[in-house]
Amino acid sequence: MLLELRGVKKSFGATNALIGVDFSLQAGQIHAVCGENGAGKSTLMKVIDGILQPDVGQIFIEGTQVLIRDPGHAARLGISLVHQEISLCGSASVAENIFMYEINQSKRLLMDYQELQVRAKKIINTLDKEIDTSINVENLTLSNQQLVEIAKALALDCKILILDEPTTSLTEVESKSLFKILRSLAKGGIGIVYISHRMAEIFDNCSHITVLRDGASVFNGLVKDTTPDEIISKMVGRELGKYYPEKSKTIGTDPLFEVINVSDASRVNSVSFQILPGEILGIAGLVGAGRSEIAKTICGLTPKTSGSVKINGEPVNASSYRAALAEGIAYLSEDRKSEGVFLDLSIQSNISSMALRAVQTTMMTVDAEKEKVQAEELGLRLKLKASSVAANTSSLSGGNQQKVAIAKLLATRPRIIFMDEPTRGVDVGAKAEIHQVLRQLCNEGVGVAVISSELPEIIGLCDRTIVIRNGTVVGQLSAHETTEESILRMASGMA
Amino acid sequence: MKLKTNNLREAGLIVIIATLCLVMSFASEFFLTWENMRAMLLSFAIEGIVVVGMTVLLIVGGIDLAVGSVVCLSMVIVGALFLHGFDPWTASVIAVVASAGIGLCMGLCVTKIGLSHFIASLAFMVIARGLSLAITQGTPQSLFSLPAEFKLIGQGTIYGLPVVILIFGFIVVVSDYILRKSVLFRKVFYTGSNERAAMYAGIDVNSVKLWVTVLCGTMSGIAGVVYTARFGAATPTFGVGMELNVIAAAVIGGASLKGGSGTIYGAVLGLALLSVVTSSLILLDVSVYFQDVIKGAILLIAVSLDHWINSRKQSN
Repeated sequence: MLLELRGVKKSFGATNALIGVDFSLQAGQIHAVCGENGAGKSTLMKVIDGILQPDVGQIFIEGTQVLIRDPGHAARLGISLVHQEISLCGSASVAENIFMYEINQSKRLLMDYQELQVRAKKIINTLDKEIDTSINVENLTLSNQQLVEIAKALALDCKILILDEPTTSLTEVESKSLFKILRSLAKGGIGIVYISHRMAEIFDNCSHITVLRDGASVFNGLVKDTTPDEIISKMVGRELGKYYPEKSKTIGTDPLFEVINVSDASRVNSVSFQILPGEILGIAGLVGAGRSEIAKTICGLTPKTSGSVKINGEPVNASSYRAALAEGIAYLSEDRKSEGVFLDLSIQSNISSMALRAVQTTMMTVDAEKEKVQAEELGLRLKLKASSVAANTSSLSGGNQQKVAIAKLLATRPRIIFMDEPTRGVDVGAKAEIHQVLRQLCNEGVGVAVISSELPEIIGLCDRTIVIRNGTVVGQLSAHETTEESILRMASGMA
Repeated sequence: MKLKTNNLREAGLIVIIATLCLVMSFASEFFLTWENMRAMLLSFAIEGIVVVGMTVLLIVGGIDLAVGSVVCLSMVIVGALFLHGFDPWTASVIAVVASAGIGLCMGLCVTKIGLSHFIASLAFMVIARGLSLAITQGTPQSLFSLPAEFKLIGQGTIYGLPVVILIFGFIVVVSDYILRKSVLFRKVFYTGSNERAAMYAGIDVNSVKLWVTVLCGTMSGIAGVVYTARFGAATPTFGVGMELNVIAAAVIGGASLKGGSGTIYGAVLGLALLSVVTSSLILLDVSVYFQDVIKGAILLIAVSLDHWINSRKQSN
């Protein structure tokens, strides 16, 4: 056994990322690891690469128990990881990036750039690719950067090669040549762990498969003995909670909000959809599909290169977020701590922050009494639990901080509201309360769109769901068509 | 490509400096004389030693606002020890070690406590200045009794070339070579360019940041010793505002405040440009008060140009 993990657990504060993973990899295998967003795949890989240390559990390499201290140590043990997010040094050359690990270990005094270039070219050529190895990485396209990242892993003389969704920004042809190399590496006795959502890739190229769900390994076996359908049902396999508010009974036909062919310079590609009166629209997709980018572009937080938006059939100016807010289009960030609330300010000044004019006196100062009343009203509506609205926002729990972030948007009296992961990191009770508020808003005639990586939330809450892949809408599902399987199929390009 | 862009910038700076010199030679016949050139070179040679340390620190993604104060502290330590009977060479070694020590403390604040270089060095800027004032009781030390061999460092010439310039040239050539060629300094570039990527490659980023900060302090210390030998005096208010000049020079020469890029020659050329401008302004009888306005404007233009070129490169 090349690599074996037994009962690995890892938690971050109150969040249990891994609750007991068993995994084994033999030399010569290409072993797929799959699971939904948040199932713990990336955490598991970070544990194997020594970036994180498990709280509980054992790791064996070739039968010997090891404690992997850091990525450098992992590399000495023969483990090499291609990260999901590209982690290269932009202002260093391709060759210097490929041999970063080796240069760090080198006992030589001086660099031999020429030799580095020659060897880097050789590695790049095995990928059937021409990349100038002397230029800086920051000048490469995203897909070439991804290839450099892979070349970097190949440059290590590794026994275990882990690839975390390496093909997300590769073309079909590039992916094919990558798999050709992986197969020949596997033949040479290297064990390969391949993380992917793409069923087609897995079933064409991998020999073994392990499925993670909610931080535990729930399935493992030979790829030839299973089917994509079985794998998807293993990835999902959850009961939906019963605490979601009732779905809408009356959905209008004239769209409340229309998005027409909106694109941005990079990630958003001709997006069109509508929000009808009385419905909560779900926006689903895999991590990196471009859901947040789409919402941000619609709301004017990133510049549009084309397209327009309409409210009640009237074109509105949403070229900047300021303009969009004035038209009543609001966006709740998925990153509460850094983009959602001002942690060091009081609850009431958080809530008034986006619509200061509403609490202004004639002397242009803030009317603390008005501010307090507004905060208390919205707080009551959202069932905010706080000692007083003058308390610091940092003193609140995650769920209540999120309610403050939502109240802050509601204070602007929005007509359309985009909620990006509105219940991430929120406890079950607060989650249900936030869902109730969203349903209420919707019934009052506000257009509500919810982005969520949590499929049960999309299914339980939304009346209709659009699915995003590669920065564009690839399909829509009505309430009774929406299942975890149907979403995952569309999101991973299987349907 | 990297070499090309750096070379392009350096060539550009040389052209600008040469043009400025040419224009000035018409404006003032004194400008292109050997005396004036020598005076200009002397005026920035010692600061150039500080620029070397700063450039490396900027590449790792740090910054040191304390350089001016540390240069001054180093001078004051040499002066005070000499006046208390130490021989100036021993005093110099102690001064350089003390300066490196300040760099070490600053580096530990960054790597152990997790402060930013900006804040840590701001604190040490004040601390080092305070120490200089405390050691001298606020009055300048006159050191004209320094032995001649020591003064030679700052005032002597070898074959007509000032020793100061020789020291400066030596440090620049050697540090440029090491920075570009050595395996050790590659880690500085990696760390500054993308700390996480460097960490994932097994580089001990904290120790890299630490020793680079110490290096910057050491260079300030060495510059302080040379200044002492040159002036034969140690003034506790010397070097106020030096950090701005030094950072400006490095940035004009291509160092990025975000880390990951910068060259020694670029930074030295940046310093040369600032120095030629200063000298020109003096010869043109521009008011001393107005000179800083022009220097600030040059920095602004250089950095904006750089930003503009970079953002265009990225959108392509």
